[in-house]
Amino acid sequence: MTELTRRGLGRAALAGALTASAFPAIAQDSNPIRIGYSMSLSGGLAANGRSALLAQRIWAEDVNARGGLLGRPVQLVTYDDQSNPANVPSLYTKLIDVDKVDIVTSPYATAMIAPSMPVVMQRGMTYVSLFGAGVNERLKYNRYFSMNVTGDDIKGTYARGFLECTKMLPNPPRTISILAVDNDFAQRAAESVRTLAREYGLRIVYDRSYPPSTVDFTPTVRAIQAARPDVVFFASYPPDSNGILRAVSELRMTAALFGGGMIGPQIAAVQAQLGPILNNLVNWDVYSPEPTMKFPGVDAFQEKYRARAPQEQTDVLGNYLQPYAYAQMQVVEQALARTGKVDQAALAEDMRANSFGTIVGDIRFSALGEWAKERNLFVQFQNITDGDLEKYRKPGTKVILYPPELKSGSLKTPYGAPA
Amino acid sequence: MDPTVSLLLNGIVSGLLLGGLYAAAASGLAVSFGMLDIVNIAHPALMVAGGFAVILIGTALGLDPLLVAVLQAPVFYLLGTGIYRAYNHFFERRGDEALQGLAFFFGVMFIIEVGLVMLFGPEQRFLDPDYAFVTWRLGEIDVPLRMLAPALLAMAAIGALWLFLTRSFTGLAIAAVAQDPEALRLMAVDPVRIKRMAFGISVALAAVAGGALVVVQPIDPSSHHVFIGRVFAICIMGGMASLSGAVMAAFLFGVVENVTATFYGPSWSPAVAFGWLLLVLAVRPQGLFGRAA
Amino acid sequence: MSATTLPAPAMPTARLHLSYWLGAGALAVALILLLRLIGNEYGWYAGYFVLQYVVLAAAWNILGGYAGYVNFGAAGFMATGSYTTIVLYEALGLGVIPGILGAAVVAGLLGLGTGYLTLRLRGVYFSIATLSLSVVLQTIVVNWDYVGGSRGAYIIRPMEVPPFASYGEYIFVVMLVLAVIAVGIGRTVEFSRLGRGLQAIRDNERAAEAVGVPTLRLKLIATTLSGALMGVAGAPLPFYAGYLNPEGAFNLAYAVNAIAMPLIGGAGTWLGPVIGAVLLATLQQAATVTISSALNLWIVGWMLVIFVALFPRGILGWFRRR
Repeated sequence: MTELTRRGLGRAALAGALTASAFPAIAQDSNPIRIGYSMSLSGGLAANGRSALLAQRIWAEDVNARGGLLGRPVQLVTYDDQSNPANVPSLYTKLIDVDKVDIVTSPYATAMIAPSMPVVMQRGMTYVSLFGAGVNERLKYNRYFSMNVTGDDIKGTYARGFLECTKMLPNPPRTISILAVDNDFAQRAAESVRTLAREYGLRIVYDRSYPPSTVDFTPTVRAIQAARPDVVFFASYPPDSNGILRAVSELRMTAALFGGGMIGPQIAAVQAQLGPILNNLVNWDVYSPEPTMKFPGVDAFQEKYRARAPQEQTDVLGNYLQPYAYAQMQVVEQALARTGKVDQAALAEDMRANSFGTIVGDIRFSALGEWAKERNLFVQFQNITDGDLEKYRKPGTKVILYPPELKSGSLKTPYGAPA
Repeated sequence: MDPTVSLLLNGIVSGLLLGGLYAAAASGLAVSFGMLDIVNIAHPALMVAGGFAVILIGTALGLDPLLVAVLQAPVFYLLGTGIYRAYNHFFERRGDEALQGLAFFFGVMFIIEVGLVMLFGPEQRFLDPDYAFVTWRLGEIDVPLRMLAPALLAMAAIGALWLFLTRSFTGLAIAAVAQDPEALRLMAVDPVRIKRMAFGISVALAAVAGGALVVVQPIDPSSHHVFIGRVFAICIMGGMASLSGAVMAAFLFGVVENVTATFYGPSWSPAVAFGWLLLVLAVRPQGLFGRAA
Repeated sequence: MSATTLPAPAMPTARLHLSYWLGAGALAVALILLLRLIGNEYGWYAGYFVLQYVVLAAAWNILGGYAGYVNFGAAGFMATGSYTTIVLYEALGLGVIPGILGAAVVAGLLGLGTGYLTLRLRGVYFSIATLSLSVVLQTIVVNWDYVGGSRGAYIIRPMEVPPFASYGEYIFVVMLVLAVIAVGIGRTVEFSRLGRGLQAIRDNERAAEAVGVPTLRLKLIATTLSGALMGVAGAPLPFYAGYLNPEGAFNLAYAVNAIAMPLIGGAGTWLGPVIGAVLLATLQQAATVTISSALNLWIVGWMLVIFVALFPRGILGWFRRR
């Protein structure tokens, strides 16, 4: 077995070194390692799902160019779950039972990961998930590993970075408002800020949720404005993040510290549309091209990603979940390389025990399979004059304020220029 | 001004502006659904398709989205007559419109939404004219042009439609076809031709509404889901065949939604708006502004 | 089989019913044996996916097909069933079977409530009312923390249920039994006085009333029965997926398929929804695992349009005419 593997590896490496187009040849004559998962390529989650898939395809090409894994080429087997959780269980049984994939990884986002869990658990598959939040809290599956920065205790840690920024303000703020969309991640974010607010001496003066079908945010923003909060926390999803920030600018709302856990400003299309409205927004994020986050390999990945994003009609920058989708596969890659075989128990053992060097930094997993140390970034948008996206490729536009070890600039206040 | 009064006034004004957008979306449906009895559930999807066309053309030629919306209306009129031809040929003529016709438009809705995903991808698209970032202030009341301009366009389009329906022979014939197609036939007017024109007009209005939508918010292929329930609710509350009723209902719907959001939080505003519709249906099925049958 | 598909009033009804139950039972057993022979977990899961639509389509057909009242809110009823299961699980730790019974009761009561709406609402007004009902229900669930609100609810299902080989097989068999029952109920309705009354309502409600058909009572029975069965269709879903959130439970696909499947198969006949559901759901499942892009939904849309245009009475109606 080892003999054969080593020889195979050498041959594949040679082929990979000779020419990149040699890959189809390898795929035909050797038995590939098949990695299966579903992704949302249509429906509400498709925008992120498609760009995650592109990132993972780039990973597979990189690996195959290096000669594959364990001497075998890597093949991705993917299905479109149409952003519908009800499709997920049957797709995962298909992957495991019919396609007989060697490894399964997860779809994108909690709502899609959760319905895959019973199937995956029943088969004892080692499972690396992408951007799930608290999926394993109740299931406590010991072969679950999560590629997401939020860590074990979302409630106790998520909003801390945002609230830490209040200490950077010239005058200590007294009041805070909370508005969150009715979905899993935003509600967890709101719960976190609710729990931690008192610790930072903040009184909650507005605390409400809104349904995802909201068209006009003007009345809601005005009600928040009437409560006169010093700190404003939104937890929203696209396209609502857009609607909220437009309404905020129309009503000339200002606050000493403004932002929160808005999903949307991380996305290139939203950055292009909102332009200077984003100035001084302090928002949760996972990646920013600041010098403090130049992990090995991330530049090379983004260069490849950006070259292909336009024709694949996905996010043109790849500054959000894309590096994490790549890193998700790197975890699988490194565990396979270390254990030397496709053995679910051994893989899980390896993932529990070791740390992983990825393009999003070094990662170690906790007992629950989350990141042992959470890394919620809070970034501030600065110096934006227009919707041109070029500046988002460079440092200085999304300045990291938290965590301290990645900090790359200082807080500007307030949000929203007074009239 | 007392803060509560200011909140209430602003809630009402923003509700009226939102109502303007709803009126744009619902006016075409008031023609097809209200007057022709065609349950075009794909109407909001056509509106979003119109929005995508606006973004595509507007970006390419550097034109204002509302202008493009008006310019492209004739093309959508032709599309509408085409859809009606198919609908009439396969369903109406056979007397199958109730169930099968509904399923047909369900299918059309699916085809449009997924077709847009395949053409443009699932990402949000936008085209903002400069004025969309301007807000007028009248005392303590804010009027964002992002909401006002589409509302004004909607009113202009609906006004033109009203003039057409009440002043021109064809318009009168459209109003009459809802009541009694046989009478039209006696007047040597082909009811099918009249209906085809009316349906074309309703789709053209959807295209105009698409332009209005683009100014208000970025759109993606599934943006129409939010509007399906609302526009039908508005047509029913408005009393079906009544254009003015639909406009009134649209404003009322917007105001109820936004005043609820102001004072009780946005969480309950759809339930309040739709609960209210259920109540109207249970107590006064002919709609708030409709005449008793 | 063909003898039972055609309405044969000359035959004694009791024998007709017996032949259905025996035939359906035999078919079900054969299906289980066949899938066991294939010995593939995916078979159970894909089968469940198809069968849930058989139940849903059969349920919709009772009101929509026979009485002509088009329910746009099928997703709302189905979600009512799913969330009843979740409540029973959270509160009492109950499993699938009690969940199904509970779902039948709750969704049936909801159906009865909708039935009172039909006192005044006809045609498309009724449809819009059911659509609104679905929106209101979704808002309630989203704001209801006990069932997880917008975060969704997790159900930790047992790894296996003896004597079944796996949980997948168990949940499949449960759904298969439900499908046989639902279709059987639809069939019983069709050949009973209730069914004839409903058909009279569909053809001309005022005339039916004038000749002494108790339209009100029949409609209430139909809405209750249809609602209860739709709830039943959704009841095992939380156990099937292990997780449910409002977006999944109120998915537009359920509302679309509940209407499309009976229409494609042949609305107003007991077999039509079965044919439509098996055909369309299998196609959707197959497209999901083969074409795997936005294209597969596109095909469903075109299928629907082409079928209703060319076969206005459904597949069944087309065959009968020949």
